[in-house]
Amino acid sequence: MAEAESVNPLVKVRDLKMYFPIHSGLFRTHVGDIKAVDGISFDIMPGETLGLVGESGCGKSTVGRSILRLYDVTSGTVEINGSEIAHVDRDSLRSKRPMMQMIFQDPQASLNPRMTVASIIGEPLDEHMKLSSDERLARIYELMDWVGLNRAFAKRYPHEFSGGQRQRIGIARALALNPKFIVCDEPIAALDVSIQAQVVNLLEELQDRLDLTYLFISHDLSMVRHIADRVAVMYLGRIVEVASREALFAEPLHPYTQALLSAVPEPDPELERHRKPIVLQGDVPSPANPPKGCNFSTRCPKVMDICRQIEPEVRDFGGGRQVACHLYSENMTTTAEPTAGQTKN
Amino acid sequence: MPDTAMPILDVKGLKTVFRTRGGEVHAVNSVDFDLRPGELLGVVGESGSGKSVTMMSLLRLLPSPPAEMRDGTVMFDGQDLLKISPEELRKVRGSKIGFIFQDPMTSLNPVYTIGFQLAEPLRAHMGLSKAQARSRSIELLQLVGIPDAERRLKDYPHQFSGGMRQRVMIAIALACDPQVLIADEPTTALDVTIQAQIIELVKELRHKLGMAIIWITHDLGVIAGIADRVMVMYAGQVVEEGPVGEIFRDPQHPYTQALLKTVPAVRGPRAERLQVIEGQPPIMYEAPVACSFRNRCQFAFDRCSQANPALTGISAPGHRAACFLLDKASTPEPEAANG
Ligand SMILES: Nc1ncnc2c1ncn2[C@@H]1O[C@H](COP(=O)(O)OP(=O)(O)OP(=O)(O)O)[C@@H](O)[C@H]1O
Ligand SMILES: Nc1ncnc2c1ncn2[C@@H]1O[C@H](COP(=O)(O)OP(=O)(O)O)[C@@H](O)[C@H]1O
Ligand code: SF4
Ligand code: SF4
Ligand SMILES: [Mg+2]
Ligand SMILES: [Mg+2]
Repeated sequence: MAEAESVNPLVKVRDLKMYFPIHSGLFRTHVGDIKAVDGISFDIMPGETLGLVGESGCGKSTVGRSILRLYDVTSGTVEINGSEIAHVDRDSLRSKRPMMQMIFQDPQASLNPRMTVASIIGEPLDEHMKLSSDERLARIYELMDWVGLNRAFAKRYPHEFSGGQRQRIGIARALALNPKFIVCDEPIAALDVSIQAQVVNLLEELQDRLDLTYLFISHDLSMVRHIADRVAVMYLGRIVEVASREALFAEPLHPYTQALLSAVPEPDPELERHRKPIVLQGDVPSPANPPKGCNFSTRCPKVMDICRQIEPEVRDFGGGRQVACHLYSENMTTTAEPTAGQTKN
Repeated sequence: MPDTAMPILDVKGLKTVFRTRGGEVHAVNSVDFDLRPGELLGVVGESGSGKSVTMMSLLRLLPSPPAEMRDGTVMFDGQDLLKISPEELRKVRGSKIGFIFQDPMTSLNPVYTIGFQLAEPLRAHMGLSKAQARSRSIELLQLVGIPDAERRLKDYPHQFSGGMRQRVMIAIALACDPQVLIADEPTTALDVTIQAQIIELVKELRHKLGMAIIWITHDLGVIAGIADRVMVMYAGQVVEEGPVGEIFRDPQHPYTQALLKTVPAVRGPRAERLQVIEGQPPIMYEAPVACSFRNRCQFAFDRCSQANPALTGISAPGHRAACFLLDKASTPEPEAANG
């Protein structure tokens, strides 16, 4: 992908921080912060899918919500399609809303139960466009066709649909205003295995047809491997590794990525018999009180003294790969350069 | 049966119906299965396929109404669990048969300490004194890998992480040395690295304690790693069962075949497009009179809508599936349907 260098990223995030204040006591004094997102940078190219993976509570949804300005971010910049998003005022934000949308995890909770499918899908049209009622209905039908919902269902209510169909309604609604960029926050996590594939295939088809760019948030590594072009791995509010899908799954470099991938069981009893997962000890520390130095140091099987003192810098390996770990920092390279022999699994 | 060991749990013709405002829901339709000492039986199937209701039915844990147990026998330890008195049943539940339910937060009581919740079954079922129950509780927490066990007895569930709460649930289920452990999606709510910890723990405990386990999950990867035998459920029925290697290498039922193909892999070759199973599982408003998978099955033929296929043995020992395609002699002739 040599020419990708010359194309501008559609989404550009720099040193994004999102802290939630902790208040305590009678006077609700500010006693600290939950550092849900603590200095994150990444790009997403037009038409690309960036997968964002990591364990529960590591900050994935907060990243998605912050870059769409569903939160007022603590600091950092977000640029989508050339426009600054993180710090613009409400009015200009509103005019930028149509190009960036979100698909949520729980299709049940994210759809108003008292609205028909047509009014759910039509709501963003009413808010942002001036359409005649014929145009409006035609657009609703078009969207329903795109996501594979029978037009005859337009007058029905969400509870009359299955989980997979409800997710299709959510997708149609997100597409209503011709967005360029969609944050998919665990769009298939609430669905059955046999339905997940239907929705993932739909998202892929729509991407090709409408030239969409996705941030695909998921804890399901096998689905991310299927859908993402590049993958960012998060741990405790930070990105620890970013790489192309092929590179990441073939040779994970960061010790956390290695553990995460090795923990995924294989649907194959023969392989399972010989798989030796890296079993991490302990739990994820609290984002209100992250460890000093490398935030993975309390669980890292390869932890060194330096890790508990100094935060590792992000190192660029070229080809879009970045890793934040002392094993790969400049002064360690002679002893710790990843070699085929070292990363056996 | 070619197997030598007598089953420790033998379920036959289990039928459970829910009476709802929308009509009856036939959640479990004539389920037969058995469990042998020391074996791990994996149960898979999508949500609503009847996995939980089957297990709750055999322990008579479902409130009635709305649940109604229509039929079946559950032989355990020489007695039919569906017939014994509530007193006798209480002696079995939580002591001879331990169980872990889906969501750890709803299963541990938030208002009692971890120590109390561990000690209670020990005192009730095993008649231990307060001090004995306490030291056994500490032992159990250590067994499931909770550091600093003694101090943590005083903690409440919300002070534990999700993974630790699930360990506590396992400790409670193991408290009275059960012969059978039923675990309903014990890792579904957990992250993969925590899931890996729990799975390693269960493998180790199984080795140490030698109990038989029923492990319910929708994750085929988890099943592949821990099960000896697999039972696949669809629409309240067992559609296929067999040794784990057989099920993955040579699935017989079209649903099992399709299910195995819809899951992308993290290792090995990557498919360009995911296989899908079109449509969705039926809601069973009546007892099945035809194959419940027929509307989604790419091989469906006339006979599939005329009768409900029974579990039939195939050449590999212990491997059975419920599909008319296996009935070679009569496959093309719908006339032969009622055999
Ligand atoms: N509105 C909020 N107020 C306070 N803390 C919050 C808020 N939203 C999220 N957090 C905290 O920020 C951290 C990151 O949360 P986030 O929802 O982004 O995680 P996630 O990676 O999406 O997790 P999951 O996989 O469970 O969805 C967590 O510790 C969470 O408890
Ligand atoms: N309390 C209830 N009332 C009515 N129907 C129920 C109830 N509990 C379960 N069911 C129905 O029984 C069927 C099987 O459910 P369940 O055993 O929970 O599925 P699984 O555990 O395989 O996901 C489903 O159709 C479900 O909707
Ligand atoms: S910096 Fe140190 S603790 Fe952090 S991941 Fe690398 S080796 Fe492990
Ligand atoms: S019995 Fe018929 S419909 Fe049912 S699984 Fe077999 S071929 Fe398909
Ligand atoms: Mg989230
Ligand atoms: Mg269940």
